[in-house]
Parts: sequence; C-alpha cells; structure tokens
Amino acid sequence: MTNSWTDIKNTDLVVVMGGNAAEAHPCGFKWVTEAKAHRGAKLIVVDPRFTRTASVSDYYAPIRPGSDIAFLMGLINWMILNDKVQWEYVKNFTNAAFIVKDEFGWSDGLFSGYDPEKRDYDKSSWDYVIGEDGFAQIDMTLEHPRCVWNLLKEHVSRYTPELVEQVCGTPKDKFLKVAEMIGECSAVDKTMTSMYALGWTQHSKGAQNIRGMAMLQLVLGNIGVRGGGMNALRGHSNIQGLTDVGLMSNLLPGYMNIPTEKEKDWTTYMSSRSFKPLRPGQTSYWQNYPKFMVSFMKAMWGDAARADNDWAFHYLPKLDVPTYDILRMFDLMNEGKITNYFCQGFNPLLSFPNRGKVTSALSKLKLLVVMDPLETETAHFWENHGEYNDVDTASIQTEVIELPTTSFAEDDGSLVNSGRWMQWHWAAATPPGQAKRDTWIMSQIFLRMKKMYQDEGGPFPDPILNLTWNYKDENEPSAEELAKELNGRALADVFDLKDATKLLTAQGKQLLNFSQLRDDGSTMSACWIYSGSWNEEGNNMARRDNSDPDDTGAFLNWSFAWPLNRRILYNRASADMQGKAWDPSRKLIEWNGEKWAGYDVPDIAPTAKPDEVGPFIMNPEGSSRLFSRGMMRDGPFPTHMEPFESPLANVFNPEMRGNPVARVFAKDADQFATSDEFPFVATSYRLTEHFHYWTKHNRINAALQPEFFVEISEELAAEKGITKGGTVRVWSKRGSITAKALVSKRLRPLQCGDKLVHVIGIPLHWGFMGAARKGFGPNSLTPFVGDANVETPEFKAFLVNIEPATGEVVS
Amino acid sequence: MNIDLSRRGFLKLAGAGVAATSLGAMGFGAAEAAEQAHVRAFKLASTTETRNTCTYCSVACGILIYSKGDVAAGEEAHVVHIEGDADHPTNRGTLCPKGAALKDTVLSATRLTQPRIRRPGSDTLEDISWEEALDKIARALKDDRDANLIETNDAGVPVNRWTSTGFLAASATTNETAWLTYKVVRSMGIVGFDNQARV
Repeated sequence: MTNSWTDIKNTDLVVVMGGNAAEAHPCGFKWVTEAKAHRGAKLIVVDPRFTRTASVSDYYAPIRPGSDIAFLMGLINWMILNDKVQWEYVKNFTNAAFIVKDEFGWSDGLFSGYDPEKRDYDKSSWDYVIGEDGFAQIDMTLEHPRCVWNLLKEHVSRYTPELVEQVCGTPKDKFLKVAEMIGECSAVDKTMTSMYALGWTQHSKGAQNIRGMAMLQLVLGNIGVRGGGMNALRGHSNIQGLTDVGLMSNLLPGYMNIPTEKEKDWTTYMSSRSFKPLRPGQTSYWQNYPKFMVSFMKAMWGDAARADNDWAFHYLPKLDVPTYDILRMFDLMNEGKITNYFCQGFNPLLSFPNRGKVTSALSKLKLLVVMDPLETETAHFWENHGEYNDVDTASIQTEVIELPTTSFAEDDGSLVNSGRWMQWHWAAATPPGQAKRDTWIMSQIFLRMKKMYQDEGGPFPDPILNLTWNYKDENEPSAEELAKELNGRALADVFDLKDATKLLTAQGKQLLNFSQLRDDGSTMSACWIYSGSWNEEGNNMARRDNSDPDDTGAFLNWSFAWPLNRRILYNRASADMQGKAWDPSRKLIEWNGEKWAGYDVPDIAPTAKPDEVGPFIMNPEGSSRLFSRGMMRDGPFPTHMEPFESPLANVFNPEMRGNPVARVFAKDADQFATSDEFPFVATSYRLTEHFHYWTKHNRINAALQPEFFVEISEELAAEKGITKGGTVRVWSKRGSITAKALVSKRLRPLQCGDKLVHVIGIPLHWGFMGAARKGFGPNSLTPFVGDANVETPEFKAFLVNIEPATGEVVS
Repeated sequence: MNIDLSRRGFLKLAGAGVAATSLGAMGFGAAEAAEQAHVRAFKLASTTETRNTCTYCSVACGILIYSKGDVAAGEEAHVVHIEGDADHPTNRGTLCPKGAALKDTVLSATRLTQPRIRRPGSDTLEDISWEEALDKIARALKDDRDANLIETNDAGVPVNRWTSTGFLAASATTNETAWLTYKVVRSMGIVGFDNQARV
C-alpha cells in the first residue's frame, strides 16, 4: 500500500477492482465503511461476481475475468476526452512532458521491437530522447507529438466505451457511470483510493493490470494524498516482510537485485546502477545503492567482506536466467533436476498451478522437508486419499521429513502489514510437544553444514564458513538480535558526510536510520529500508502510542512504518508547486518557506524546494511514469491481452495468444485449451470464513464453511441441467474435480460482442487434511503459466467445462 | 517511551480504586466486604495477557492472547483465550470470522508436535528424533551441494550457483526468521528461493 488501512477513512471514492476486501480483509474494510458513514464516500466494485463487497457498494459493474486492462485504458481514455485530468499534477509530477524516441510504436496489439521467436521485445525504442546535456528532453506545453502525454492519448483512444463493452462484457451504460463517478476525483479536493489484491495479480499480465490503475490515479492526481493511493491488500500476515527481506530468487533485501552472471564483478554490477538523474536537480535516491549494498554484504559476511575483495561479491550466487521462481523450480523438479526441496510454512500441493504436475514433480524429489505448524497436504502428497489425492503411494520414492514448528502464538518478532507498519509481537505460549522455532531449525541445519565443510571440505565453502554468526546462543539467535541486524549498526565511528568532525553514531551503536549507511565498510545493515526500526531509541516496532493528532489517520507513534516511519508514500505530491496542500482539508505536509513539515514524515529531502525537486525521489526523472520505458517486459503502456485460455480472440490481433512475452514451458503449452472444447471461464476466489488452507484445520471455520462448492449462474445451471445443491463435475485440460453446485444470482453471463460468456467461481479452501470435509481446490484445473514480469500464476482466468454428476443433493 | 500497562492490570487498578471509594462512601461494613471477597474473580485475571498480531491477512489486527502461565517468566504456558486488541488503531478490538476463531488454530488437533519421516515407498510417517532428522537433512544438503554447485560458468566467471536444491519460504514468519533464513539459504548459493508473494 502507498497509504495505510487507517487512511482509507480520508477518501471520497473507493474503487475495489481485482479484490474483495469485505470478505478477504474484513477488518481493514471497516475503514471503507467509516469513509462511507462519516465522509459520504462512495464505493464502486468492478468484479465478475457480485461479491459481498459489491453488496455494500454504491455502484457495481460486472467484468469478464482477465479483461481489466481494457476497462482501465477505457477509463483513462474517457478522462482525457472529458477533461477529467488534474493538469498541474500531470504536467509536473508525471513524465507526461517527456519526449519519446521516434522508433517507439504500437500496432496489432504489439509494441515496437517484438521478436516472436524469442517471445521477447527489443526494448531499445521504449525510451526518452536524451539531449546533449545528458538529460531527457521535455515539452512542458505537452504539444510535442512525441511527448508521453500525446502517445498515451493515442494509445488509449482505441479503448472506446463500445470496445470496453465488447471485450469486458460490461454494459456501456455501466462503464460510463463508473467513469463519471471516477472522473469527479480529478478535482483537487476529491480523491479516490484503489484497493486491489490477487484478482489483479494472478494473471499472465497482472503487473500491467496494476500499472493501468496506477496511471489512472496519476492522471487524477491521487497518488501521495490522504485517502488516495494504490493499495495492494497483501494476502498473508508477513508476505510484505518476506518480500522486503528479499526471500525471492532474484532479490537481495530492500529491493536490491541478485547479480546475473553477466555482472562478472562488483564494478560491472554497479555500473548499471548509477541512477544518474534524468532531469536537473532530481534526487534519484537509488544513487545510494552502493551504501545499501556494502552494508548488506557486511551484515552477511562481516570482516570477510572487504573493499579489496569486492565486498565478497563472489559469495553471492549469480543467475543465468531471470529467476528460479516457483514455476521454473517445479518444472525443473518435474524433469528430475531437483534433489532436495524445503517448504517452510507453505503448501504448494494446493497453492501451485496444475496439481497433477505438482504431484508428479514432488514424486521425483529425493528429499522433501516440510517445516510447518500444521499437517499440510504437501507433506502428505504421497498418501492416497481416494479421489481427493489419488496417488500410487508405493511407487513414490521421495523421502519426506515433516518438522513441527511454532505458530505466531509461540514466537516473538515483527510482521509488516499491508501499509508497511512493522509491528512487534510477543510469544504467549509454550510450543506444543517438540515443536521448535524456525530460527532454531535453520540454525541447526546451518551449524551442521558448517561443521561438515570444516571437517570434510567441499566446493567453495567460503560463504558458509564466513557467514556472520555472532549470537549469544548460536543454536537459536533471538528475535532481538536479528531485528537489530536488520536495522544495522556502526562498525566504526560514523561521521557526518558534510562535517567530518561531527560524530553521528559511535562504533558498536545502532544506526539512527539509513541516512547513516556508508559504502566504505563502516556500517552494516541487513535490510536498508528497515533501518530506523531498532535504533538507539529502542525497538520502535513495539511502540504503542495510538494518539492521532487532528484525526488524520497517520498514527505516527504506533509501531514503525518503513521507510523512516513514513505513512503515505510520495506525500510531497499532496502539495502543489508552491508547496501548499492541493486540498487544505486534507493537508499532509507543506512547505513553510524553509522546510517541509506536517502530519507525516516528508517523502523528500526536508529542505528541497517545492519548485525544484520532484516528488518521486526514487525515480531518476523525479516524476512518476505514465510511460514506463523498458522497465516492464510487456510494454511501456498496458495493452489489452487475453488470458492464455480465453473464449475470445484478442480484438487487436486474433493470432496473439495470452501475453506474447510470458514464459511458457513446452509441455505446458500442450495443455492449454481452447473454448471449442472448454467453453466456460473459471476464476478462483476466497471466502470470508476461511484463510487459504489453514482454517480447515480449525473446527469453527470448518463448521462455518464445511464443504467445497463451485458457484455458477442460474442461466448456466438451466443450460446444463444442474440443480441447486447438486453435484457437478468441473474439468479442464489438466484435471477434474467434483463439487456441490452453488447456483446464485451473484454470477451472470456476460455479453461480449456476439459471444455470451459464462463464468464459474471456484473457492480455494479445501484439501484432504484437517477438520473440514475433504474437497478440491482450483489448482487441480489451473494452467501452468505466470505473469510476464513476475511469474505469478494465472489463477483468475482459465477455461473449464461443467456437467451434472451423481451425488447427494443438498440445498 | 513504550507504555506497557496491560488492560487487565488497568482494570485491576481501576476496579480497586472504585471499590475502595464507593464502599467506604456508602458505609458498607465487614459483612458486605466478606460477601465481596468470595465473588469469583474475573476469569482472565488469573491469566497472562500478551500482545500479538493475527496470523492471517495483512490487515494485521492487534490481538490479546490470554494464557495460563507466563512464557516471559520462563513458565509453561498455554493459550486459553484470544480476542481483539481494543487499543489497536486498525481493528480497534474487532476481529473477522477467522480472527475470532484463532484459538482453535493454535490448539488444532492437526498441530504438529513431533518430527516425522516418510521413507521412500512407505505409506506411513514414523517418529524420528530431532537429532536424526537434522543430521539427515544436513547430509542430504551437503552431498547435493558438493555434487551440483556450479562454481564457474562456461566463460570462467565465478557464479557460485546451486540450482538442484530449492527453498520455499513462508508467508507468516517474522522478519527476523526471514532474515536468518535468508542468511542460511543464500550463503549456500541456493537460487531456487521464493515466498508466497509470487503466488
């Protein structure tokens, strides 16, 4: 989230599209209710299903799964045609004025540079014209035909309300009503918030869905303001934290990157990370990358990371492919190329696409280690549970070790919520039986490995032997010790960069925040964005002062929000070019003639003059990007792409299937279906009574929603002769499931041009372990393909068929 | 400063104050005081209250866990009750149908309590000691890393990449566990490393 849960009360309009907050995030959704009740805010829901969020909305519009980009580009087109643009914001705070290379273009659904053989773009034309002064050329009048604004105008002009209706199945009048309501938020005293979740991410073009809304929010001037923003509702309690700390194939902590093997040394690695400003006087804060990186290497390897050995650069693995993400790993596993696999609190047998392939892959491992508080399906993948897990146990040679871990109730530490609040919690109970903390387990594995390398030797043991491990109890480092490493400390005295006599932090002390990080090896910090969370003032994550001066919703003294305790990202954009709040009733920070001050920690240097330094300090432009240059694989603007399995051909290019640059493994492509054989669109969703595959272990939740079902419209039920509460079989080209039929008015067929599209909803909470009745999940059916940029699987739009099956009828 | 006056403690203090002043003011005598004394105490008054966070979604509602016993004091403790934290700015004491039933997840019959192993081809899980399980895991890792670590690529560039063992990290562990996991996994050279964020 750019903003926070408690900030939602400041909004005038909530748009829930790509999510279902009332059911999946009920206590956060209360802030929507608050905004409606006390501010008169309106709620719009755009969703294939009339969800419980929709049931309390002011306006609902249906949409075909996987067509969101067309809807969003249609909205931007409508805003431009109807002058619903926050012009000062767009001109000064976005890259609307930047001139783009002549070679850049779009035709037939594809941008310039497409290579069908490589399924990739040559992105060299997707960039600005750079002048002789080394800066990007701009035209503040927005008249230049090649400026981003005019290219955007042309790009979105194709997305007329008629095209939106044809592609999305959203009736034109409903689309126009949504556009009118949103258009009101281009006024400086009106704002809108976007709340989205996996309904947008789980597509082969998920990242572009989100960009589409981010661009709309920029056009309306709604980023960086109270009640505005792009608010990703993260699904799990610390998925934000695990990503912040870099537990992904291609990441280092704090959104730095693992080197690729093309970056053969430190100098080469850093050469593409100079982040030189693209406009005069801009902050381009990533210029501090070397400080963050050296401090991380010191946190990992201490004295073994030195200037004369490139800070132990070769201790880091180097990638030969963009990522060894979960899809690639399970594909490799299925090819027999993976020996050992760990699942730490994760249940891939139900979470990853194409369960048949997942089972086959797990069966080829030598060793599977599962660390979990609960009995997961993954740990029991070899166990026959009749139709719910029909495997040949004796033929599966995988050894499985199941390790009992603690739950939240038995562990101390911090979790990061959606709004980036780092909240400390304390253990309340003794672990059951022999259950152990993950920190103990990881330490035991590490210490054993280290000893074996000491005793036996082996290839390149250096990064293991030299890993920093200065803990009071080497067998179980404490949460406090680890949290302090995340914050960072001074390894030598740290002085002011502008005044070498001024001592900032003495050797051995916790650093104040990341402004004190250095690239000379005198500081360590495991995750630079967390710096400030545990400094010499103590554990700021444990702060519990819930006062909120003037009721802004900021709660600055409650926990600690990264970065620097900032509650609303880009908050400098809440004020105009003179530094005055666009909306005085929603003041956030203002320029007082000397510095920025107000209700939040300024997201800009405190003395940066408002007419000189742009608000988007992480970008070398100083502005936000309506045109994202070559930073995304599938285009600098979002363009409509169909799901890999779709009942409709792409309206711009009937030959194009799915996302033209998404990675597809050969054997998976053979398992993609067409609508001739599988005529219905399926989509997965969550229920408010359940949390993923955990609460089926809980008797109360298991009783609240005891049995697996699929949801269909009355029209589809009539067409297929399916009775309410009857049993149905749903199958795709990859698998088959049986379920109770929930026939409801919440799903209606969508008229997309001359095609009537039926949608089937499949909730995701059942399996074969726990207290609930056995059932299936959608992943028995889903395709094995992910988003082109981040490889999130396409769970939200795929093709199935359905028929009545025999079974007990319940109503 | 972190104010750490628990709600239970606050109730006790406030309650004692009210009782002392009003009883005195109304002229209650010894009999009434004796009657007061054998009224059963508020159940949660004999428990330890701990601040925690709901383990499910990232609204991250504040919760209060009430336990018999005090882990902070080194005692055995088990959870008897969980409720919303009324002081928390986001949820203000409220919980959803999942959060309201949290205790039954902590105390679920399918909580794991013992390391177990399923041998190749077997149809059962058998108990195994921690020592034996960890030795086995470490041996498997060492053998595979020794056999499959790619130290340099074809161009002779050091790559220190280990692709044949993978690690899938959690979505609800703490940042501190995440950091320790990161250290261990990355120092070995593992690149098949992901968490639920990708899914």
